[in-house]
Order: sequence, then structure tokens, then C-alpha cells
Amino acid sequence: VSFIPGGLDCSISFVSHILGKVCVHGRQKEILGVLVPHLTDLTKSDCIWQRICWRLVECVPDRWMEAVVLGFVQGAPGADVLSRLLGNLVMKNKKAQFVVTQKMLLLQYGHTTAVLQNLLGYLSLDSLRRTLLLRVLQELLETWSSSSAVKHSPAEQQLYISKAILICLSHLKEPEIESCRQELLTSMMEGVKCHLDSSLPQLRHLGMVVAESISLKINTEGPVLKFEYEEDDETRELKSLLVETPPFCVVPGLPDNDKSEKPGAALPLVPESNEKPHTAASVMPDEELDAELDSDDDLTPYDMSEDKELKIKAPVYIRDCIEVLTGSRSEDVDKWEATVKALESLVRKNPAATREVSVELAKILLHLEEKTCIEGFVELRQRAQVAVLTTDPIPVAKYLTSQFYSLNYSLRQRMDILDVLVLAAQELSCPKFHGKTKHSGAQKPCIQLLPGSDSSKDWRRIVDERIKSKTRRFDMGQSHVELASRPNEFNSVAGHFFFPLIQYFDRPLTTFDLLGEDHLVLGRLVHTLAILMYLAVNTVAVTAMGKALLEFVWALRFHTDSYVRQGLLSCISSLLLSVPMERILADMTEELLETQSWLGDVMEKDPDGDCRRLALQNLLLMENLKKKLEAVPS
Amino acid sequence: MALPPPDPQFVLRGTSAAVHTLHFSCGGPEPDIPLLFSGSENGFIHVWNLRTHRVDTALDGHGRKSVYCVETMGGKDRLLSQGRDQRICLWDLAEGRTAVTDSVFTEHVGFCRCSLLKVAQGRWLMAMAARSLEEVQILELPSKTSVCTLKPEVGAKLGMPMCLKLWQLNCDSQPVLLAGYEDGSVVLWNVSMGKALSQLICHQEPVMSLDFDAEKAKGISGSSEKVLSIWSLNEQQNLQVYKTHKLVNAGISDITIRPDKKILATAGWDHRIRIFGWKKLKPLAVLDYHTATVHCVSFSDHSTPQERLLAAGSKDQRISVWSIYAQT
Repeated sequence: VSFIPGGLDCSISFVSHILGKVCVHGRQKEILGVLVPHLTDLTKSDCIWQRICWRLVECVPDRWMEAVVLGFVQGAPGADVLSRLLGNLVMKNKKAQFVVTQKMLLLQYGHTTAVLQNLLGYLSLDSLRRTLLLRVLQELLETWSSSSAVKHSPAEQQLYISKAILICLSHLKEPEIESCRQELLTSMMEGVKCHLDSSLPQLRHLGMVVAESISLKINTEGPVLKFEYEEDDETRELKSLLVETPPFCVVPGLPDNDKSEKPGAALPLVPESNEKPHTAASVMPDEELDAELDSDDDLTPYDMSEDKELKIKAPVYIRDCIEVLTGSRSEDVDKWEATVKALESLVRKNPAATREVSVELAKILLHLEEKTCIEGFVELRQRAQVAVLTTDPIPVAKYLTSQFYSLNYSLRQRMDILDVLVLAAQELSCPKFHGKTKHSGAQKPCIQLLPGSDSSKDWRRIVDERIKSKTRRFDMGQSHVELASRPNEFNSVAGHFFFPLIQYFDRPLTTFDLLGEDHLVLGRLVHTLAILMYLAVNTVAVTAMGKALLEFVWALRFHTDSYVRQGLLSCISSLLLSVPMERILADMTEELLETQSWLGDVMEKDPDGDCRRLALQNLLLMENLKKKLEAVPS
Repeated sequence: MALPPPDPQFVLRGTSAAVHTLHFSCGGPEPDIPLLFSGSENGFIHVWNLRTHRVDTALDGHGRKSVYCVETMGGKDRLLSQGRDQRICLWDLAEGRTAVTDSVFTEHVGFCRCSLLKVAQGRWLMAMAARSLEEVQILELPSKTSVCTLKPEVGAKLGMPMCLKLWQLNCDSQPVLLAGYEDGSVVLWNVSMGKALSQLICHQEPVMSLDFDAEKAKGISGSSEKVLSIWSLNEQQNLQVYKTHKLVNAGISDITIRPDKKILATAGWDHRIRIFGWKKLKPLAVLDYHTATVHCVSFSDHSTPQERLLAAGSKDQRISVWSIYAQT
């Protein structure tokens, strides 16, 4: 397409029509791939060509405008190029404006960050268009701060909107920020609240990063909002967007310089350190000479070999530990610290003594609060609790599960109960102690000792791997040889861990309502049940557990919190993996069919990507297990 | 082969409360009985007879609030005591009396021990922490007139004064004050002019105790951390760090240098008393008798060297008395 007007008034509209038609038929890339570079070069300095280009796009009929504009925005190498090519198209053409400000930002979310940069940069480059930029920002913020959007829209869309907000913020100038400062502040407060309410860590991080950025922009002096969260790639990428990237790409040549400097810097240090020993050696003889000259120093020292660091001895008996931990003598904090540190090993070494006082010890540990600042207090307490639970599972499990549903516990304590049950169950069901196994994650799921909301991700990953290994090679079963085998201690107690937790989930207490506000704990409970189900493989109670779990899942299947739904789907996976297929087909046929149709629904319609993926895996797993059953001659 | 550390010569029991301060008065000529004054947490000052090892008198003058400093003023008949009731009491103990003759209301709610210096016959200077947070007041006793108030400059952020030492090089020179503060620094103050001469940051934690050797112009300070800091005073009246010594366990409550300047003793939070040689801070002995933190150590002022004693008071309510390095 290299036509030269040569001063002639030619009609561009014919070309526009062709362009529009081609784009609408989906050939944007091909035609614009050729057209855009040419136009970029031509319009660089030539105003006439710019105007020609503008006429070109303006003349595209409305019904094809969307495709053309989309193609241009995606194809342009930079915001300044886009500005040259499109001119003020968005101001003149209603359809183009709609596409750029509404459709691409709010209704679609598949575009790359570069495209977003192009689009928003284009809006910011002309004073006429900047009003649009402000409007766009307001609408984005409205969406970002609406709680229903946060709850129901997919995570990818929320990420997209957050990116767009940050890029907009980076383009705003001081006077513009001044004019909309109040709105920014209100949206930020509302939005932060909805985001922090979410059970998914990714959404919480998004909320925190955007809120921090907004606060940074509106409070140029004075304290800014600062959240504590772990930086990961996503947050770093988001934060980098806040820095205004110039419309022209500058290739950074700095890293090379840095690298070449470092070896140079390292060298001068080495000779210095060589010099030091020399000076030290020369000082020593002088001091010794001084000592010999001193005849007054005739005081002979006594034997000081007993002078060691003061160590407080921890009690040796479990009952003494109980006394120390419950004692009110605030002076003996050293002893208290030593007791807390030594408790786990004492419990493990004295199982008989522990069994006598197990429930009391569990009670003390559940209520134990940090008296002094010990490193790793939470971990120490958790390990001690797990030790007590594994030493005397049935009474302690009874106690803990009953406390889970009791009044006046904090959410943290209830979640601690769940974590302890899971860790103890893992220990009881594994033939080896955790930490000594070398098997891959697929065989022995690793639970993080410290309670973290990320444990759900680990579990998904691990159950996925297990599903994968099962669906591909289900004939192999346990493909690794166990080095030592012990009777499965979880067998006799699995029911005691599992059933009490399921019992009262729909009974609200004054301070604890699983089905209401405390959906975070509900999510954790569901995940815990999935893990317990998974660990109950080969136990006698597994079928009964499976049935109860299926009913439980059925009751909650429409829950609005995606974390809970993910947990429910993990429950199904665990169920399919742990309960032998013959029992499922024999005892739970109707429920199975209903579950299958539910899974199909989830797979197609659930807004959360992870839920859809899990549902699909569950369906595949069901198919494969059924096939395996049919394949085996009865 | 080094000898094992000695045992205490005797142990004084009977205070029924943690012992916070000790002071010997043994310099008097015969037939004066050597005495040891101790202040306890229950507000009593016990006067121990070092021959019978029993309490001769118990003085109750601080309303049962802990007594954390006792000093004699020129002989055993005049005693000064400081307690947590925010008062400094002057006692007349001659001829068996037990009367408080005078008292100073310090309004100080901390634990900073006052420091006495005899400047002339019958006249003393006393440095004490005052009501205002960072200030030290110098009073003349027994007239109780204020000589000056030593205020650190604004923004110095020294914190409370933790320990004080008034001294003068000889009778004619100016009295000077060394004060250790909460932020870990030691400040040298000129008392007559009321301004600071030098400041040195010796520790990261509050200075718990300090002592100074005026002849060698060297001092030592201990803190709640594991380090003892030795500093010196040069001709320009500037403090400089001379040396530091790392301890095995953290926390020093009290340091005192023996009057003959040969050894010093530290009272530690790890229940141990440590003896060092003063010249080079060579560790000499670790006396491990007490079962709780040692609050105070004090050397006696016996005129005959062989009779010299070291006493240590502890939270375990006992006072251990040792005879160590008495022959030199």
C-alpha cells in the first residue's frame, strides 16, 4: 500500500471501506501488520500523511469501526505512534470512543499490558483526550471498589482492571489529581475493604498494591498507606506500572555497566585483608613485653572453668511442665520459656505419662499465650499440640473438635485446631515420620508447619499431582517401595477426627457463624476435611466418611466464596481417590450422578478459573476410575 | 593448676528481703566494732555487727519502701540513706540513737543512687537525680542548699541518669561529676560551672553502674548487655574508650573498685560476682554463691589490709562476705 498522493485530492473513503471490511473479517493482523509500519514511518514527520491517516480511519463505517480500532490499538508499537495514527478519532467518533473507553477496558480483559499502555498512553497524550482519561479512571475505580465485582468477577479480570488503574495513575498530572482527590480517596477506602474481605490471597494482594499506589499519588507529603505482604512477580509487575514509562522505549544499557564494575570492586578488597594479619601480628609481641615488665601484677587468678553461660533447666516431668505453664508466678519467665521449648520432645519421650494428662495438656496449649518473646513461639506450640494429639489421639481429638464449635474462641484459635488435626493426621497415617521421607510431593503431601493461607495452593497442587499420577498410571498404585511399614495408626482414629468436625457446621453460635461472616474459617474447614479424607485412604471408616462428605459438599455447593468452592472440589477429589470405586458405585450411586452433573455445571459456568479446572479434573478422574473398574474382570 | 574459687568467709542472713545496697564502716579505731550497713527491699536498713554476724539495729525510715543506697558521712554515726519513697534521710546513730535528723525530698521515682563527696570538714556535696527526667541536682549537705542543676542540652535524649559519681582529684581541685545515662552514655560534668565537659557513648543499653579511679583517670561502666566498658580521661578532660571486656552472661548491677585500686568487683544478673585486676582488667575469679541476681558489691575500708572484705547483696536475701586477695 504505497500510494503517493502527489498533491492530488484523492478520496480515501474507498480505502477506508476496504480496511474496515478486511478487519471485520478477522484479518486485522495481516493487513495492519503491513499498513501500520508504513504509516508509522510516513507519519513521523509529515503532517500531510498524518492527516491522511486520520481521514483513513475516520471514514471507516461505524459497523466496522470496532475491528479497525482494536486492530490499531493492538498493532501500534507505542502510545505515541497510536496517537499519530488515530489522532483525535476517539473524540470525533462515538463508536471509537465506546470501544476505547468502555469495551476494551471494562468488558474485555484479555489484552496484554503493552496494549493497555498503548491505549492509556494514547489517551493521555492530547489535552482534549485527557478528559476521557479522567473519566476512564473514574469508571475503573468504580468497578474496582464495587464489592459485587470483587466477589464475582474472575481474578484475571480484576488483575486487568488493577493494571489499568495503575497505568492511569502514572499518567495523571498534579492538577488533575488535585481535582479528583476526594473521589480517589473514597474509592480507595471502599475498594480496599472489599479486597481485604476476600478469601483469596491474590485478590487481597491486588487490593493492597492498588490502594498503596493510590495513596502514594494523593498524599505526596505526609504518611502514605503501607501494607505488609509478600512481594511476588505479580506485585512487582504492578508496582512497575506506576512509574510513568516514556512513550519512547529506551533500551537500558545499565546492567552491563554494573556487572563490569563489580569484579573491579572486589579486587581491591583482597589485598587489604592480606595486610591486616601483618599489623595484628606486630601488635602482639608488644603487648606481651608489657605484661612481663609489670611486676605489680602478682595476683594469681582462680580457676574459672565453671564460669559458663547461664542455662535455665527445663522440667523433666510432664506434670512439672503443666505446673510451670499454668503457674501464675510471673517471675519465673525463664523457666516458662525453657518449658515451652522442651515440651514437644518431653511429650514424645514419655507417651505413657502424656496419656494420663493429655486432655489437660491440650487445653493448656490451646489457650497458651506468648508470655515473653520467644523465637518461633507459634511453631513450638503447634508442634507440642501435634505431639500430644498423636500420643493420645482419641480423647484429645474429641476435645479439640468440641472446642472448634464452642463459644469464645478467636478465629485464629479455631484455625489452629484445624491445622493441628491435619498435621497429626498426616503423622499418624504415614509409615515414616514427616521430614524423613524422600518421596515426591505426589506421595507425601507436605503441609507447611506454620499456618498460612497459602496452604490451599499447596494442597491443590498436590492433589492435582496425585490425580495426574492416578489418571495416567492407575495400575501401578504405590509406585515407590516403602522402606519400613508400620500399622496405619490413623485407621482407628480417622472417624474421631472427621465426623465431629462435620457435625455442627450449620449451627450458628453467637460469636461464630460458619455459614455467615466467618466464611474464611469455613473455607479452611472444607480444605481440612478434604485432607482428612485424603489421608483416610485404606481405613475402615473411609466409606462412611465419604458418604458424609458427599452430603456436606452437596449442601454447600452454591456457596459464594470461591475459596470455599475450591475446597469443596478438593473434597470430591479426595473422596474419589480414597474411597474404593466399588464402594462409591455400590453405596452412593445417585449422589454420584448428581455430583457429576453439578461438576459439569461448575466446569462451564463458575467464574473462578481454579474451580473450573478442578471440576474438570474431577470429571476426568471419575471417568477413568469407572473405566478401570469396568476393565477389571469381575 | 589454678585453685578453685574460695567460699565466702561468712554469710549474713536475716534481712527477709532482697538486699539492694551495702556499705562498710570498719575504719574506726579499736574498740569500735566493724559494721556493715545494708538496705533492703522491705524498707529496713540493717546494721550488721561483723564480729557477731548479727543485726545490731534495724532502722525503719522509708515507709517500707525499698532502700537502694546507704552511705556513711564521716564515720558510723552519721548515715545517709535513699529510698523509693523519694526521700533521702540523714540519720544520727551516735550513742545508740536511731533518729532521722533530716531528710531531702528528691521527687525522684527512679533507681539512681546518689553520690557523696566530702569537700571540707563537715561539708559534703551530694549529687542526686531530681524530679525532672534528665536532670541531676547537686546539693550541699548538711545545709541542703542547691549548688547547681545539671541539665543536658535540649534534644540530647540521654534519658534518665542511672548512676552518679562525684569526685575531685585532690582537695583543692574542682569537684566533677560522672553520670551514666539511660541511652548508654557517660557524661563528665563540671559542677561549679554546671556544664558538661565531655560525653562518651559507652554502651548500647542503659549504664547500670560505674566507678572511677581518680589517680589513673580511668573508669569502668557496666550495663545490661554483655560488655564492660573501660574509659579514660585525658588532659583535655575528654572521655575516650580505652577497652571493652566481653562477659559470659549479660547484665551487671554494680561495679566497685577496691580502695587500693588493685582489683574491682562486679555484681552480675547471672548470680555471680566477678573479680578483675584493675590494671589490665584481667579476670581473676568468679564467685558463684548466690542463687539470684546480685544487686550490690562493696569493699570494706579496714585499715589493716589483711582484714579487708568484700560483701555482696543479692535478691536471694543473703549477704555473702568474702576475703579475697587480701594479702597483697
